[in-house]
Amino acid sequence: MLRTMTLNKAIGYAVLAMICIASLLPIWMAFKTAITFPSDVFASADRLWLDRLTFGNFPRVLGLPSSVEPPANSGQPINFMIALRNSVIYTGLLVTGQLFFSSLAAYAFARLRFPGRDTLFYMIIAATMIPSIVLFIPNFVLVRQLGLLNTFAGMVAPSILMLPFAVFFLRQFFLTTPKELEEAARLDGLNWFQVYWHIALPLQRGPMATLAILLSIQAWNDFFWPFLVGQGESVQVMAVALANFQSQAGQGQPDWTGLMAAVMLSIIPVLFLLIFFGRRIVESLQTSGMK
Amino acid sequence: MSGRADSSPRNAKTPTRRSALRRKEAVVGYLFILPALIGLVLFYVLPTIRAAQISMTNWNLMRPAKWVALENYTKLWGDGQFWDSMWITLLYVLYNIPVQTALGLLIAVLADRLAKSVTFRAVIIAPYLISNVVAGLVWLLMLDPLIGITNSFLSMIGIGQQAFLSSPDQALVSVAAISIWRHVGFTALLFYAGLQSIPKDLYEAARLDGASEFAMFRLITMPLLRPVLVFVLVTSVVGSFQVFDVIAVTTQGGPAGSTRAVLWYIYENAFKFSRMGYASAMSMVLFVILILVTLLQMKLLRGDQSDLG
Repeated sequence: MLRTMTLNKAIGYAVLAMICIASLLPIWMAFKTAITFPSDVFASADRLWLDRLTFGNFPRVLGLPSSVEPPANSGQPINFMIALRNSVIYTGLLVTGQLFFSSLAAYAFARLRFPGRDTLFYMIIAATMIPSIVLFIPNFVLVRQLGLLNTFAGMVAPSILMLPFAVFFLRQFFLTTPKELEEAARLDGLNWFQVYWHIALPLQRGPMATLAILLSIQAWNDFFWPFLVGQGESVQVMAVALANFQSQAGQGQPDWTGLMAAVMLSIIPVLFLLIFFGRRIVESLQTSGMK
Repeated sequence: MSGRADSSPRNAKTPTRRSALRRKEAVVGYLFILPALIGLVLFYVLPTIRAAQISMTNWNLMRPAKWVALENYTKLWGDGQFWDSMWITLLYVLYNIPVQTALGLLIAVLADRLAKSVTFRAVIIAPYLISNVVAGLVWLLMLDPLIGITNSFLSMIGIGQQAFLSSPDQALVSVAAISIWRHVGFTALLFYAGLQSIPKDLYEAARLDGASEFAMFRLITMPLLRPVLVFVLVTSVVGSFQVFDVIAVTTQGGPAGSTRAVLWYIYENAFKFSRMGYASAMSMVLFVILILVTLLQMKLLRGDQSDLG
């Protein structure tokens, strides 16, 4: 009895260990390739570690002086510096707007009384049911008609004012904090905006930070919409630049070390967030899925 | 107004003052939700109406749209490529969902018994936090016939060289595998959270009654996990129907059209061939299918009632 128990446990741990390896190995191989000399790619392909490594691919794909030569016949040189900057701008704009406008709406839905409040809230929740492709075509047409193709404005427009998930998430937290403090502040003569800004919002520092992390990861990884409306080099974000670089490689072998260096540049911020805010991310994903 | 309120001058003012306050509160409320409301109307409600409208026109963005009523829909009915893309999407869902759900459940049960640490959960959701595009590129490297390590592993257990993404027979399965790799940790995380909410004394009582592990799983775990299962299945099936990003960076619908899923086909029609009307008609059909799939799943899994409540 005891022996089968330990045997089962051993098998269980072995399975979990394999899951961890399967989870991380592809990310590791991308990293390994990113620190390989371009000329060593084929020689080291089936190995987990390298005889000699270099960090020169990173400055190379950022268009900075680098000691590492690009592989022969790799086509155009890669320059991800602008794409990296664009990703920072895009994510910054989007997340700031989403946090502000969604929290404003969430506060009103949780605390203020006005006719049609619940209907409007349910409409926002129902909006999540519409598949994005249905919205992308008319939204593309609209952004094009407004002359906003290849601008950050056009890229953030559809989701900067309202993100159903953010409104829903924050409303839950506004509902669960006690009202007394806000009522006292009202009696002291603060207007509603001041109550929201100075009293209610600071109480939600934790949920706001959690939401900010989740929204940042999401915005940083956005692809389809920026791919449709943000193809210009001056606004193209990392995900779009990576996809374009890959599709331009055409037949033959792409510049693997350069491509993987760029891939690592685009996931390092996310991995940092995971390392420093792992518990917060895990717990919020866990509850966000549960509603 | 009641006579009592009327008799007192102080009270007489209160109702009107209160209703003025109420009105002010309502105005403030509308102002607070105004940006969100603009976003909702401009980028959700009107586009949905407009998509239906565009779907009844022939429009290449250059010339004015020409009203053709239901012509796009009848053309769609006879478009073999559209139904092929639907079939490919359905196959993709069938490869994806059972494996992802079963594996996610297995990981969650094992983690619940053996590894409750946050570190383990952080490791398994790492792939979920990187984008589909990056997941596609990383697996392009892993599955490459020349330098990919997957073939090296397979040769260690005596399996010959596989073409994966460049084989018409294997490309769709490969894309599904990439998606499973990215999503299984998140699925496991949701199941894990569900397992945590099941009262432990239920298992103790069952154990005292001599129930086997399997019986406990079937009679306690599964029924109580059903609301989570419904959520996982509905969101992952609806998500799988809309696979696009991984295809965009790995196969672009190929080889030989073997990964031309419906979203890729709609994308090609709208943004490569500028057939806005035809693509919109397809997106409306997909919309209706997704609603039907969701309703069917809710009904089959009786998602509206919880066994806990």
